[in-house]
Amino acid sequence: MEKHVVVIFPHPDDEAFGAAGSVAKFRAEGVPVTYLCGTLGQMGRNMGNPTFANRESLPEIRKKELKQACATLDMELKMLGYRDKTIEFEDKQEVADHLRGYLEEIKPSLVITHYPGYAVHPDHNSLGAAAIQAVEDMNPEERPKIWAQAFSNGHEEALGAPDIKHDIHDYFDKKLQTILSHDSQVAGMFGWYKQLDDLDEEVKKELIENQAIERFYLWEFDKNDEK
Amino acid sequence: MKPIEIEKVQQMLDNYLDKEVYIHLETTNGAYANHLDANAYTVGAYIRNTKVTYKQAKIIGDGSSYRVGLKMELGWIYAEGLTDWTIYQENQLLLAGHDREGRLMVALEISETPFQQ
Repeated sequence: MEKHVVVIFPHPDDEAFGAAGSVAKFRAEGVPVTYLCGTLGQMGRNMGNPTFANRESLPEIRKKELKQACATLDMELKMLGYRDKTIEFEDKQEVADHLRGYLEEIKPSLVITHYPGYAVHPDHNSLGAAAIQAVEDMNPEERPKIWAQAFSNGHEEALGAPDIKHDIHDYFDKKLQTILSHDSQVAGMFGWYKQLDDLDEEVKKELIENQAIERFYLWEFDKNDEK
Repeated sequence: MKPIEIEKVQQMLDNYLDKEVYIHLETTNGAYANHLDANAYTVGAYIRNTKVTYKQAKIIGDGSSYRVGLKMELGWIYAEGLTDWTIYQENQLLLAGHDREGRLMVALEISETPFQQ
């Protein structure tokens, strides 16, 4: 059993789509979970559908949604204060040191973050890289395990099959509730999750299956050194 | 935000004439454009809290989509595809263009005080 899990993602809602089921499972087992959320997603283009946010009101709205999501999962929240889309332009070591400060205090047994280079959004890739740097900079005996999430097109060809396939069917309702907490962001294809009950059974099943297995790679420092 | 009312927006643009103002100008098609469609390109740019002074301003459009041009001493600020507007926190003029799912595609914002960092 894990001692404490720290989730490190850059945007409010990354935790919902990426790891909410796993977080719910950990919480059900009594494992404390802390979310280090990099930004407030200030530059997101979803403004609600129909729109209720604008570029200037979005950060406050997303902060509220984030708090709601973390309350839903009963997960502790720390906001790191970076600006959306800019993490890759920060000094990587500074970001890593910032994260390491939290890790040395919390002493987690597991860190969940994005797989650098295979997580599509530049913020995902750069915060994931900084998180891995932070763990690498720790005393080797105190390093937590790292689960890295990859979802770029073709990532399995490059990385092989994910090491961890977390079946979270039992926690799907909790995950759905977490996703829907991010009301301003649940548009486009994710908008369908808002009306699951009205959907055709087949479509509904597919939507659930898409979210009911959470996949991660176990980071190995020796093997992954050059990435 | 609400659909652009051209006379009101023109009036607001004129209010800032010859004043030092802060600009937020942005366009984006989303960080996932190429991820979701291999034939699409991920493109975006923004500039925030740039201090400028303009001496002439116009909004022009066909009733659903509008362009704004601000003429400065040494150049221009231009935005196309604007659909909605609002006044935010009393002194910020926000203009944006949204797609049919409400996603922001372009924004031009003008304020006499800096936008929140």
